[in-house]
Amino acid sequence: MTKAIIKFEHVAKKYGKNEIISDLNFEINQGEFVTVLGSSGSGKTTTLKMINGLEKPTKGKITINGNDLNDTNLVDLCRHIGYVVQSIGLFPHMTIAQNIAVTPNLLNWDKEKINKTVDDMLNQVGLDPKEYSGRYPAQLSGGQQQRVGVARALSTNPPIMLFDEPFSALDAIIRQDVQQEVKELHQNLSDKTFFFVTHDINEALFLGDRVMIMNKGKIEQFDTPEKLVAQPATDYVAQLLGTVRQNRALWEQFK
Amino acid sequence: MIKYWQDNSARMMQLTIEHARMVLIALFIAFLVAIVLIAVFLRKKNWMNSLIYFFSLLYSVPSYAFFALLIPITGLGETTAIIVLAFYNEYVLLRTLITGIREVDPNYIEVARGMGMTQEEIFTKVQLPLSMPAIFSGLQVALASTMAIATIASTISAGGLGDLMFEGLQTGRVVPILWGTILTVALTLVCIVILKLIENLVISDGLEKS
Repeated sequence: MTKAIIKFEHVAKKYGKNEIISDLNFEINQGEFVTVLGSSGSGKTTTLKMINGLEKPTKGKITINGNDLNDTNLVDLCRHIGYVVQSIGLFPHMTIAQNIAVTPNLLNWDKEKINKTVDDMLNQVGLDPKEYSGRYPAQLSGGQQQRVGVARALSTNPPIMLFDEPFSALDAIIRQDVQQEVKELHQNLSDKTFFFVTHDINEALFLGDRVMIMNKGKIEQFDTPEKLVAQPATDYVAQLLGTVRQNRALWEQFK
Repeated sequence: MIKYWQDNSARMMQLTIEHARMVLIALFIAFLVAIVLIAVFLRKKNWMNSLIYFFSLLYSVPSYAFFALLIPITGLGETTAIIVLAFYNEYVLLRTLITGIREVDPNYIEVARGMGMTQEEIFTKVQLPLSMPAIFSGLQVALASTMAIATIASTISAGGLGDLMFEGLQTGRVVPILWGTILTVALTLVCIVILKLIENLVISDGLEKS
């Protein structure tokens, strides 16, 4: 039996009179890799931030792992949800090791366990702990910083990992590398649920078991990449997928 | 000039030490109070702004008048001087510290929250360390300005290098005034160098390089 680890029921979010999210309903099962695709202002980042309580819904109910968010201690919740953001997310005044140790330290793990975790996490994302532990974020390339960001989010072995457009600042080749790495990471950690927000349609289709396409605060379609391509539910989805076809046509033209 | 030094060197050293002690104690107290005030009122913007406004009013009170006003309460001497100097420092420190802390990129604060830090943890682990450069530049401004104001404290028998200057004024001799000035400037420079050394130790290497 798969179980819903993230559940949104009639969730809405308003800033003043501005409705960012209207009546959002979806369920995500444990172990799924869900990508959320939308342009800026579509409400995708707000949706992500409602999962770890950085944003509060104006209406509706959010259930994480069976617990209503309204009855959950948010500080505690955040310590058990991995959170990866754009490269700016690493704290510049902390070394790589200190960055990865932030949440373990908040949870008062003992020194030995923390040191071991830092090494394990760095190994997991393919960075040599001996070489990188003592460096500062500014001394790393964009791709390496992003890997550290993932390592940091994994440090407490959280069941849910949130990614907020983590790769949008990277150039195309490095971007493809880290996308591949994240995909493999999820295959290795198949019980973890990944929720990945992006505005890049290729990234969304490549990574997601299911892709949630958002537009103006609503879900246009939430389905597997195959289904999306075969049966786009709305004009917006069809248009969006059309851009992929256009790119391919361009490719053929220059070949 | 040299002769004056030979005759009075012991006393001049004594006055320099008094001067340094007065300024450093005042700076230290003001710094602690500033950190506490910011920790308490950081998220209450109106309170914070009124506090800064209050201290800016105090800052504009001439030091001479300030000393005179406190004498009935705390008497003549060093205590009164330290209180006045601490009030002057408070304005400079609050202003620079709060600006530094407010300029910390809000993205870092949101990430810290997303990683499960409480308000206090965000303050001590993210906001304070990231605003260290601003904090130290504030300390330096406060230090330099207090060194000068502290010479006036001599008028309420708090000692310090002001004694030399007022001695010169009263006896109509330039040499003590010059010595007082030279020693004040020298003391300020030495303290700033020490502050710089501490700054290099305290501020994370990650910040200096970025």
